[in-house]
Amino acid sequence: MMEEQDVQEGSYTSSTPTSTLTWISWFCSLPGHEYFCEVTEDFIEDDFNLTGLNSLVPFWKEAMEMVLDMDPDEDASKIPDVSLVESSAEMLYGLVHQRYILTRAGLQAMVEKYESGIFGCCPRVYCVGCNVVPCGRSDMPGLDTVKLFCPNCNDIYIPPSSRFQGVDGAFFGTTFPHLFFQSYRELAPAPFWKPPTTSSPSGRSPRSNESSSSLESQFVNPNPYGGQKRAAGYVYVPRIYGFRVSERAKSGPRMAWLRMRPESPSELDQVDWRGKWIGDAYSDDEDDDSAGDEKMERFDFDTDGEEDEEEEEEEEEDDRGVPMQG
Amino acid sequence: MEEVSTGSDSDYSSSWISWFLSSKGNEYFCEVDEDFILDRFNLTGLNNEVANYAQALDLITDNLDDDIQDELRGSLDVQARLLYGLIHARWIVTQRGLQKMLDKYKRADFGRCPRVLCTSQPLLPLGLTDLPYEKSVKLFCARCEDIYSPKSTRHGSIDGAYFGTTFAHLMGIVWGSLGCVPKGGGGDVMGNVVRVVEMARVGRERERERERVGAERERERVGAAEQAGGADEYRPKIYGFQLHETARLQRWQEAMRDRQIGRLEKFEVGSRG
Repeated sequence: MMEEQDVQEGSYTSSTPTSTLTWISWFCSLPGHEYFCEVTEDFIEDDFNLTGLNSLVPFWKEAMEMVLDMDPDEDASKIPDVSLVESSAEMLYGLVHQRYILTRAGLQAMVEKYESGIFGCCPRVYCVGCNVVPCGRSDMPGLDTVKLFCPNCNDIYIPPSSRFQGVDGAFFGTTFPHLFFQSYRELAPAPFWKPPTTSSPSGRSPRSNESSSSLESQFVNPNPYGGQKRAAGYVYVPRIYGFRVSERAKSGPRMAWLRMRPESPSELDQVDWRGKWIGDAYSDDEDDDSAGDEKMERFDFDTDGEEDEEEEEEEEEDDRGVPMQG
Repeated sequence: MEEVSTGSDSDYSSSWISWFLSSKGNEYFCEVDEDFILDRFNLTGLNNEVANYAQALDLITDNLDDDIQDELRGSLDVQARLLYGLIHARWIVTQRGLQKMLDKYKRADFGRCPRVLCTSQPLLPLGLTDLPYEKSVKLFCARCEDIYSPKSTRHGSIDGAYFGTTFAHLMGIVWGSLGCVPKGGGGDVMGNVVRVVEMARVGRERERERERVGAERERERVGAAEQAGGADEYRPKIYGFQLHETARLQRWQEAMRDRQIGRLEKFEVGSRG
């Protein structure tokens, strides 16, 4: 009887949310809880979906009653403090939320939030405002706070606002962001990227965005299970007085690989499952290097261009740098 | 001692520069020495960039006549900010400027890297161009060697040219030993070697592990390394399994890294032999 009443109330409030607020709506509207979507009550009421959670959440029954807005039992007096139940309810909701957002309905609710930009965008400059999704580093509660996953750089970031410091990462889980982008492949950037050809971007801008949208539709990832969106692939190149910092400098770039993408999908196949280059692509490269060792260094403009003044002093390679600059 | 500090205090409250530095949103700027500003050589060419150059300079150095018209005073403030910013870009690549910025860096005045695996590495401000009015200031992380947008909009509107493209990397070269370069033991003479060896060691370990015990153990090991904060990469997983395409991309990226390690090792051997 009580359940029936509750369902009625739930449906009533969802149609006219102004009248009375369910606990779930209230919880999701709290500051810092913007990343949560509303889990449907029938998902929570299905015991199968809660398997194993009762061992993680203290005051299980009371927390369930609170989350589902049920009237508490008569013997509620045995609970020492209502705030304990509140934190239990939060834990319960969070863990159910972790499971819910992996379902079709949950993914749908999250994609709406994603597309409206509620989760924010990647702080990395060359991801050019790619939207991010919340993510946990652990599926067990109490270990780490919520993080944000960027599908463009495949990396995780700390949310920009401190109000998310109190949100447990387990409430989103480690799987969600990746299942999300597997389910919505059109939102996932492809793993390869070709720099735009020399046609100047200023020449392109007067044209309407019709042409850019047709460009967008031309983009196809040959792997139907991979990301179907054009990636933002620029990688930052450190420069000193306009010269690239050489990787041979002691403070030279070492991490560009972390953001690099191959130009074509076939290049991904050149690396085997152990991370080795297939077909001696690497040793070929080595041969090139060693064959032209001295010559390459003297005549290769790039190599010399990278040498900056400080480095020359430190590494005493001025004999190479000077003729180029002169 | 006491007298000296109070003397500088009263100076502090009155000068345009200290007013500018203390106003909200200007936390990234450091104080440019007055000697530097007064040396006209350091300002070469700036008179073409800044309108009302002479008055703006006077305003910065607190020598402005009081009887200047009010309407000019309003626009002069904008010009003075621009001039100070452009001088600032030149100042922070001098030895003393680098020192001042290093102090700010150590206090993490520029914020910390938002990337989780960079473990709150302090950032350095940087411009994407040295020309004013082009791009706003960005923040460089020496650990992942990538650039990020400032969190706050009031920092996001600062012109990147006030910091320039060079400063952050010059900082890495000059102060490499002082924590700007977190990986591989810093910037002593052998710094390069140490960093390369460190890179190679991580790469090799991963490789050997893969070959010896196969993918299953490797997955565990990488997981452990991630927990220890030793890993540089985040590995997306669904129910504990890596994603095919992302894993392929990451293997490719690591292979590119290993290729770089190979190049650097060969260079080390060559330069020592």
